[in-house]
Amino acid sequence: MSPERAILRDALGIAIASGAYAISFGAISTAAGVSLLQTCALSVLMFTGASQFALVGVIGAGGSVWAGAATAALLGSRNALYGVRLSTLLGVRGARRVAAAHFVIDETTAMAIARDDPRQSRYAFWATGFALFVFWNVGTLIGALATQAIPNPKVFGLDAAPPAAFLALLAPRLRSREPLAIALASAAAAIVLLPFVPAGVPLLVIAVLVALYGVMRRR
Amino acid sequence: MIWAGVLIASAACYGLKLAGLSLPESWLRDARLQRTVPLIPVALLAALVAIQTFSTGQHLVLDVRVVSLGVAIIAVALRAPFLVVVVAASATAALIRLI
Repeated sequence: MSPERAILRDALGIAIASGAYAISFGAISTAAGVSLLQTCALSVLMFTGASQFALVGVIGAGGSVWAGAATAALLGSRNALYGVRLSTLLGVRGARRVAAAHFVIDETTAMAIARDDPRQSRYAFWATGFALFVFWNVGTLIGALATQAIPNPKVFGLDAAPPAAFLALLAPRLRSREPLAIALASAAAAIVLLPFVPAGVPLLVIAVLVALYGVMRRR
Repeated sequence: MIWAGVLIASAACYGLKLAGLSLPESWLRDARLQRTVPLIPVALLAALVAIQTFSTGQHLVLDVRVVSLGVAIIAVALRAPFLVVVVAASATAALIRLI
């Protein structure tokens, strides 16, 4: 099999898997009270899963839209670091850079940096980006339409879906002791803060605390 | 209001992606920044798991979602795909309510 064929096959595999994940996004977003059009707009315009889940998660939990938007942006900060790794690899300028930026996410970065040859890196980035964008948006629409048809999402246990979704997004990031400790401390801090501040605000406090920890610690 | 949040948050997320591709590499190569930024999703996702499991609005609650989270942890430990984790957790809550 040629390298391009192999890349296409991997890209399609990733796109199908994330299409399934987008179905759960569409369902959770609609169950949170976000409209069908808003749900689809998020997948088209934001196109970064964890941030989308966070925004609708905060809204669904009764938090303000702005606390949700701030959390979404904070979760998107890691994409800036992916951009740094990709910028030399992709070598995109002008309009192509404006388009490429939309595709700078976990999956495209992983696919691009896994290749040794720069031409294959670029091919992997664009192939994964396009395939994922299509499946992500189709999946979102299916999930949202299906949930709209359900009169009471609680009957299907959809209120238990967001924690599971966040856990599944978190798990791959817990490969060593430090992130695990940070995860446990953050979960505990969230529970402690929750009764005292408006919904969504504990997340912003925790983001500030972890940023301070990261900047102040010595290594 | 939701529309404004959707559009502004989307613009912010796009701006971060574009900044990574556009800003001088030396700015973002800073060692402390490189160490700190990956910790933010870990902290926020863990906090979201806790909040969405143990609260309704501003109140701490213990309900079937705790059992669902337990099922989700088992599914994640078994390396189940994303959708399986979410469906297993939802189905658990639905079944318990049915009983």
